[in-house]
Amino acid sequence: MNSISKYFSDLFRGISSLWAGMRVTGKYFVSPGQIVTQQYPENRATLKMEPRFKGEIIMPHDENNQHKCTGCGICEMNCPNGSIEIITDRVPNADGKPERVIDKHIFHLSMCTFCGLCVKTCPSDALAFGQEFEHAVFDRHKLTKVLNQPGSSLKKEAKK
Amino acid sequence: MSSKIYDFSTLTGSIDAALNSWMSPGLAVLTELVIIGLVFLIFYALLGLFLVYLERKVCAVIQNRVGPNRVGKWGLLQTIADLIKLLMKELIPIRKADHLLFILAPFIVIIASFMAMGAVPFAKGLHVLDFNIGVFYVMAVSSLGVVGILIAGWSSNSKYSLIGAMRSGAQIVSYELSVGLSLMAIVVFSGTMSLSEIIESQVNGWWIFKGHIPAFIAFIVFLIASTAEINRGPFDLAEAESELTAGFHTEYSGIKFAFFFLAEYINMFIVAALGATVFLGGWMPLHIGNWEGFNQVMDYIPSIVWFFTKTFFIIYVIMWFKWTFPRLRIDQLLTLEWKFLLPISMVNILLIAFLALMHWHF
Repeated sequence: MNSISKYFSDLFRGISSLWAGMRVTGKYFVSPGQIVTQQYPENRATLKMEPRFKGEIIMPHDENNQHKCTGCGICEMNCPNGSIEIITDRVPNADGKPERVIDKHIFHLSMCTFCGLCVKTCPSDALAFGQEFEHAVFDRHKLTKVLNQPGSSLKKEAKK
Repeated sequence: MSSKIYDFSTLTGSIDAALNSWMSPGLAVLTELVIIGLVFLIFYALLGLFLVYLERKVCAVIQNRVGPNRVGKWGLLQTIADLIKLLMKELIPIRKADHLLFILAPFIVIIASFMAMGAVPFAKGLHVLDFNIGVFYVMAVSSLGVVGILIAGWSSNSKYSLIGAMRSGAQIVSYELSVGLSLMAIVVFSGTMSLSEIIESQVNGWWIFKGHIPAFIAFIVFLIASTAEINRGPFDLAEAESELTAGFHTEYSGIKFAFFFLAEYINMFIVAALGATVFLGGWMPLHIGNWEGFNQVMDYIPSIVWFFTKTFFIIYVIMWFKWTFPRLRIDQLLTLEWKFLLPISMVNILLIAFLALMHWHF
């Protein structure tokens, strides 16, 4: 007797749970609400990228054209594809001691897999992800970018 | 009462008479066969294209997406573009396949669905084959498709294909029983297996209303079992993309793959048409008992519109199933059939036989 009641309770529980699922999808069918599809080329003007989107590697500069890159080379070492090259210079500082400053931070976008290891390991938070994603070009040399802007300098911060 | 409904047999009869006046009877029959074959081919292709489009749109709306919207207005030409792509794709020969069977399999699948299509009554008088055993015939030829699926799985010489085909075989053989028993319910009510007579018997109301709850249960069982029989989600274990890559048609490419794909959608149409014919009155407009005025108003809607509305309603329900439920495991699938659907439909058919015997239906 117990097994018979279990059979029917199983049956009706199953039907009610299936019907619950069909109600949800049926509701979406008649009133889809917010359409999640982004119709890209048409909505370019209003397209809003999320902050976590990994479009490209950038080096943020402040209003004084200063960045935070010390040229330590940790990003270059951590890059699995060798898509970062750092060229540094030695310039004497105020005390007359030679100090390492960055000359060119070269980023090969064509080799980058956007793994984010450079951004994650940078000790001075000099690198970040940009939201730009329209990278198609006709000449692949255009994909080799220099991240530090010309004439920029290291932003000196008080040691923590 | 039903004289208001346009009878397509006047049109087909006049074509027949015209052909017979132009040529010898044998030639006229041959010409008619060619015309019907061509009409069916075109209908088949257009229907397949439209159903694929419909499926993508329905699933998109259910998932809060837009669906195909780039090729043509509302993406209507998307499936035509897909078809052209499939036609131009390379047919990859499998070196260790059983070549004859490998090539034969898609044709068996597609021929089975063609044959079933022949017995579908599209409108009053628009009926290619009006057998006196129509229900039996449709069930018999539609289950031929599984032979094609088994051959495809075997001849591909691939484990995915073989597993998919074997699952499909187990599934179709078991769900055939429930489909048969649920259709038998209405055969008991109407006392005939001929599809046209089943429709005529619904002139004062569709069987799903006239047959009380047992007819409704039979309809539900038919929907579930026929969804399983056409290998559609949630019963798509035979192709199970995530486990078996594509099941029995893993090794097929280009237009041969398209044949399987097309046959799946046409089978869905056939099952829906059969369900609409048997349970929802086919081309018969919505008639309620003796309400003459209401029935005559309903008669103004052409019978072909009624047929396609009902068929697409059932197609929509089958798509709704697919985009709601997760895929069953093979043991769950067989449990559902042998422990639930089959006992229910057996008890149901006893009940229906009792109802029919006592004339308790309307």
